Amino acid sequence: MNTVNYIKIEFPSKSSNESLARSVAACFAAQLDPTLDELGDIKTAVSEAVTNSIVHAYPDVIGKISLRGRIFDDNTLEIVVQDWGRGIEDVAKAMEPMFTTGGFERSGMGFTIMESFMDKLKVKSSLGKGTTVTMRRRLSYRAGSIK
Amino acid sequence: MKIATEFGQGKLVIKLHGEIDHHAARGLIENICSDIDKCLPNVCILDMKDVGFMDSSGIAVLVKAYKRMKELGGELKVLNLSNQSRRVLEMSGLEKIICMEGKKK
Repeated sequence: MNTVNYIKIEFPSKSSNESLARSVAACFAAQLDPTLDELGDIKTAVSEAVTNSIVHAYPDVIGKISLRGRIFDDNTLEIVVQDWGRGIEDVAKAMEPMFTTGGFERSGMGFTIMESFMDKLKVKSSLGKGTTVTMRRRLSYRAGSIK
Repeated sequence: MKIATEFGQGKLVIKLHGEIDHHAARGLIENICSDIDKCLPNVCILDMKDVGFMDSSGIAVLVKAYKRMKELGGELKVLNLSNQSRRVLEMSGLEKIICMEGKKK
């Protein structure tokens, strides 16, 4: 797979940047001519990953979050959300549905949604060093689109 | 996130407008629960027609509203969900306990 385009943005872990992050990802993904449902899935997965960083990586401080995107020549979109925060002690536990250490406005469904809405999800985390979430989704070729 | 409420004959209708994410959720939960406590309705209807996006924070909002209405012996209904919002809610299994009405493509 060859990379045909990429983006990288960095922003502070303010909750007002959740909408910015998913909008940037959606604008980038739009180059692949996604369906509305595909675009909704991508926005939702990005929102979950960025919210996790804001809530869990930097609970008491404002830290840096990076959002990287790549488009591959087989119509696959890759999104990487990285933080340099607290890290996740037990990734397998954190990925269980309904598990949360967040507040009353969290549901514990973030990783489950990322896993279901994207084709591939990889979570790499190190305590005290941060977390990197890599997600990929291959988009359908639509009639009339340029391959 | 903007909300508009109408109350009459035991029915509280809350129209939501905007995007429901973690940034909006805390204030939204407080506003909805405060409206429910003020009106003590038999039925609370959340109209999601103008909700352009919702992530898993919306699940927490609905669970909180559902629990508050259940404590009051009332019912919560959710109207006009978009496909995107519906997909998120289906992940949680909430459609089995909360009445959801509206178009599904």
